[in-house]
Amino acid sequence: MEHTCAIQLKNITKRFGKVVANDSVDLTINRGEILSLLGENGSGKTTLMNMLAGIYFPDEGEILVNGMPVTIASPKDAFANGIGMIHQHFKLVDVFTAAENIVLGLEEEGKLDLKAAAAKITEICKRYGFSIDPNKKVYDMSVSEKQTVEIVKVLYRGADILILDEPTAVLTPQETDRLFDVMRNMKADGKAMVIITHKLHEVMDVSDRVAVLRKGKYIGDVATSKTNPQALTDMMVGHAVTLNINRPEPEDPTLRLTVENLTVYDAMGVKRLDNVSFTAMGGEILGIAGIAGSGQKELLEAIAGLQSISDGASIQYRAIGCPDGNPGVQLVGKTPLQIKQAGVSLAFVPEDRLGMGLVGTMGMTGNMLLRSYRKGHSVFTDRKAPRKLAEDVMERLDVVTPNVAFPVRRLSGGNVQKVLVGREIAQEPSVLMTAYAVRGLDINTSYTIYNLLTEQKMQGVAVVYVGEDLDVLLELCDRILVLCGGQVSGIVDARTTTKEEVGLLMTRFKKEGSKDE
Amino acid sequence: MISGAQLIQLFQSAVFFGTVIMFGAIGEILTEKSGNLNLGVPGIMYLGGIAGLAASFFYEFNNPDPSPIICLILSFAAAFLASALGGLLYSFLTITLRANQNVTGLTLTIFGSGIANFFGGSLNTMAGGVGQISVATTSGVYRANIYNNVPGLGTAGSLLLSYGFMVYLAIVVAVLMAWFLNRTRTGLNLRAVGENPATADAAGINVTRYKYAATCIGAGISGMGGLYYTMDYIKGTWANDGTIEALGWLAVALVIFATWKSLNAIWGSYLFGLLSWMYFYVPGLTRSSQELFKMLPYLVTILVLIAISLRKKRENQPPASLGLPYFREER
Amino acid sequence: MNNKKEPLLRIAKRDLLPWYNAYGIRLAAVLVSLVVSGLFIFAVTKLNPVAVYEAIFDGAFGSPRRSWVTVRDTMMLLCIGIGLAPAFKMKFWNIGAEGQVLVGGIVTAGLMRALGSSLPTPVLLALMAVVSLLAGALWGIIPATFKAVWNTNETLFTLMMNYVAIQLTSYCVALWENPFGSNTVGIINQKTKAGWFPRVFGLDYGLNILLVLVLAVGMFIYLKYSKQGYEISVVGDSERTARYAGINVKKVTIRTMAISGAICGMAGFIAVAGSSHTISTSTAGGRGFTAIIVAWLAQFNTFVMILISLLLVFLQKGAIQIASQFNLNDYASQIITGIILFFILGSEFFINYRVILRGRKEAAK
Repeated sequence: MEHTCAIQLKNITKRFGKVVANDSVDLTINRGEILSLLGENGSGKTTLMNMLAGIYFPDEGEILVNGMPVTIASPKDAFANGIGMIHQHFKLVDVFTAAENIVLGLEEEGKLDLKAAAAKITEICKRYGFSIDPNKKVYDMSVSEKQTVEIVKVLYRGADILILDEPTAVLTPQETDRLFDVMRNMKADGKAMVIITHKLHEVMDVSDRVAVLRKGKYIGDVATSKTNPQALTDMMVGHAVTLNINRPEPEDPTLRLTVENLTVYDAMGVKRLDNVSFTAMGGEILGIAGIAGSGQKELLEAIAGLQSISDGASIQYRAIGCPDGNPGVQLVGKTPLQIKQAGVSLAFVPEDRLGMGLVGTMGMTGNMLLRSYRKGHSVFTDRKAPRKLAEDVMERLDVVTPNVAFPVRRLSGGNVQKVLVGREIAQEPSVLMTAYAVRGLDINTSYTIYNLLTEQKMQGVAVVYVGEDLDVLLELCDRILVLCGGQVSGIVDARTTTKEEVGLLMTRFKKEGSKDE
Repeated sequence: MISGAQLIQLFQSAVFFGTVIMFGAIGEILTEKSGNLNLGVPGIMYLGGIAGLAASFFYEFNNPDPSPIICLILSFAAAFLASALGGLLYSFLTITLRANQNVTGLTLTIFGSGIANFFGGSLNTMAGGVGQISVATTSGVYRANIYNNVPGLGTAGSLLLSYGFMVYLAIVVAVLMAWFLNRTRTGLNLRAVGENPATADAAGINVTRYKYAATCIGAGISGMGGLYYTMDYIKGTWANDGTIEALGWLAVALVIFATWKSLNAIWGSYLFGLLSWMYFYVPGLTRSSQELFKMLPYLVTILVLIAISLRKKRENQPPASLGLPYFREER
Repeated sequence: MNNKKEPLLRIAKRDLLPWYNAYGIRLAAVLVSLVVSGLFIFAVTKLNPVAVYEAIFDGAFGSPRRSWVTVRDTMMLLCIGIGLAPAFKMKFWNIGAEGQVLVGGIVTAGLMRALGSSLPTPVLLALMAVVSLLAGALWGIIPATFKAVWNTNETLFTLMMNYVAIQLTSYCVALWENPFGSNTVGIINQKTKAGWFPRVFGLDYGLNILLVLVLAVGMFIYLKYSKQGYEISVVGDSERTARYAGINVKKVTIRTMAISGAICGMAGFIAVAGSSHTISTSTAGGRGFTAIIVAWLAQFNTFVMILISLLLVFLQKGAIQIASQFNLNDYASQIITGIILFFILGSEFFINYRVILRGRKEAAK
């Protein structure tokens, strides 16, 4: 098939405040081709594509569509140029039907005719091989159905340049295969396609060409048939990934956390965790693997007392120094405050750092106070100790901030995480839980975090590490628990297992996390 | 017992009363559907009322033989424009300058009530004293009705045809609003803006333009409530008694009561009118217990507010982004 | 169409402005609004602008009596603003101050009438203070409970509660009418002055000033240094963070609204026992709404609220003076209040955002 050029990006630069998200990036997108845009989290893939979709406006540089320079100041301009983007977070109106969402914003002649629209939608579905009910309300749909609506939406608008932002993150393997089939059908139809991803096997599976971004810079492109995962990884991270994370042997592992029969339903009545049982030992790092939304968040939150737990579950906690034979503290049925008051020393670094772990408008001192403000009988808070702690954390973890009163919301992602991890470790916990602790962090900061966790492990803390990067899980952890659809699909020894084995366990059960009707 | 004549009277009072707040509520429904919670409705109704009155007053004051048509057009256009300007001010501050919606709305209420009562007072002075304003021709146009001009229409006629044209216009606007919001492309887009502006934006809808348009036109419609109040309800005069403000807040309440559906606002407004005037016809009430009776519309609204938050039916919820600002590049 | 240049104006979020720049912008907004208000007054009175401001000053501070009234009304507005501060800091939109003030006023007036002849004034004052606090707290707790348990929209709920309180006031006014047919309660205990605020430090409104200033300092310390104040800040920033930290969000919501309502109820007590000695639907007089704006603009800093309250009351008094000089009506003051508030609200934009003109590169900061 002849590859005609659909889009050319020249010298695109985009800054957010002091952060340079894209640094004079050049990129070509061709018709009849699936291009993988590859890069680590925070490498600027989504930002770059958002400028094609009219969500952001470039500070510098030029965009050419079909060889003509264009200005894409709004999503409307993007549509006018035939560009359609399927965002990672679906942009759908919950109370609307599929058809209403699809015709939204269209400037067609005549009156609103949802019946005609439904017919056209069915026709598009038939052509590329997917199915949706045009009259179903979005709030009744599963994740995969919502994604289908998104894709049909851009096709309905006649887009011939499609950008998919990490479309497989929320899909089961079967759904992913179906999506890739659809993408191949569209490619055969002469459409230009970009898939943003950081999953190498998908890159190899579906794309024709790979373009790599690293820290906002364009590294280069290569035909998929002429490369391999190792070479791509080199491009992505700049050097071969022998991570070389320091992993000492566990010393004297002791039982810290025993979870039995843990089942959790969310507010909508969907089962998120299904009869989960495992133990976490002091002196080791227990990794938790699984595709996004397999129950990782609910698991950590349930232990922290933030989820309502179904009957029959038990979460037994034993502190460092707890004598043998002592059963420890039962956490089920306790609020976070009661857990704390029971003397449990549980540290938790949640996924949503600013939305859950920290108070964005406060400085470091105010955030250190979050765990300790109840200390003492005075009605007033003690500010001296937290201030000292803030200064310690700032020095020890190299937090870059003007001062300890500067709002943490205005710090960079890495510094925000250092503040959070620093505070949690300062509690001298017996159990330390982290969710996606290195997401969006640069390599150096990531290693700082790995070392901190290992340091905790060697002090006898049971570390629970929820991660998404299998390479890291395999090199950092001692054991890996794999979640799939809210169930434990296996617990493996991280030293002997392989990436393939963990990958297989991640997709073993049918996913039940989404609401299927 | 209440006599038949009293029942008719009660019904008519409820319709008069209801029409004022129906206009206010329908305009506010349009505004809120765009995600803007405009607490300036009382101020906007004030602006509509005084602008309509002032326009016709100056026209009639300077023309010994005023033309009813010009009276109508002048007062109507002045009221709509002044109210829409209030909406524009609110839009500029909340949408362009990103000021807080609640605070801006409340300020607009203070400002609108100040403007209206200030100039209303001045008009009274010009006219020679309180209650001396005369816009007989204009008020006549607003109060003309079929029942008074066609004999032999009986009870049904007095119940249904004894009102000025604004009463029917309110119903027409409410029906048109429901059609617009649910059956047209623009209405669909507008609802998307109020539910999820980021989605609307990504779909190529100009969120800013929609918010501006909905808020300004919505304010214009709300202002009609003020116009109807001055021209028909109090028969073309002005009183600095704060009634418009109370009615304006009732209009805000009615939006909730109607669960953001303009067709519900039709019967809801008459029900509010009924509840507000019932004390007059319930025998054995003392003057003080009458005041307790007037509490009913507010209590009923609170109950509806609680009921919708308890039942969580998706279709009855406020627009999902109501009261929230939207900035595309915020991160 | 597709070849158009980049947009003429773009808006970018500012990095944190130094506080003196931020206050500079606000000050500029106030000055501009004063000029616009001056133009408005000039347009209706043809008074020259300097004379306008002389007249305003005269209205607010032209005589000891006027100065005291200005101070008294400032304290009243400030008191309500102080009451609203904790609620707003928690991002709870308490639009119901008007009602909370009124119920505080109702119980105060009721006790004053009922017990004025049987209790000594200090005891009566203490009783009225406590009961008005409780009444205001109740008016705050009701919407807060529904918000906490069922997430009922608090903006609309508290708004409706205002009108329930207003009708309750009308009911009491009709019940306690004196003299008959006047449709007012009249001055309560005019002869005995039972339950009236005594003169303190030889000042007419000394007790009002004392109470409100104590509240201002107390609220400042409560929000900034107390554990409960810290909890309010955390809940206001992110409910999820609060839950994560083991804060009982429901409890904090209800407790904070009880405090907020109680202080507003206290404002009703001060208004009735310390100032008007009567009760009517205008006892709150829209101050419950104006105070929302005061609290919001001061960003919950009670000392900044003193300045804003004083500015607003100063202008209101001035406008009333001008109105009476020129045979206009008092509502001019509301217009001027509106103009000033619009300008201050608009100025916040320039504190938080920068406008970038087309073609100009973003200056690296």
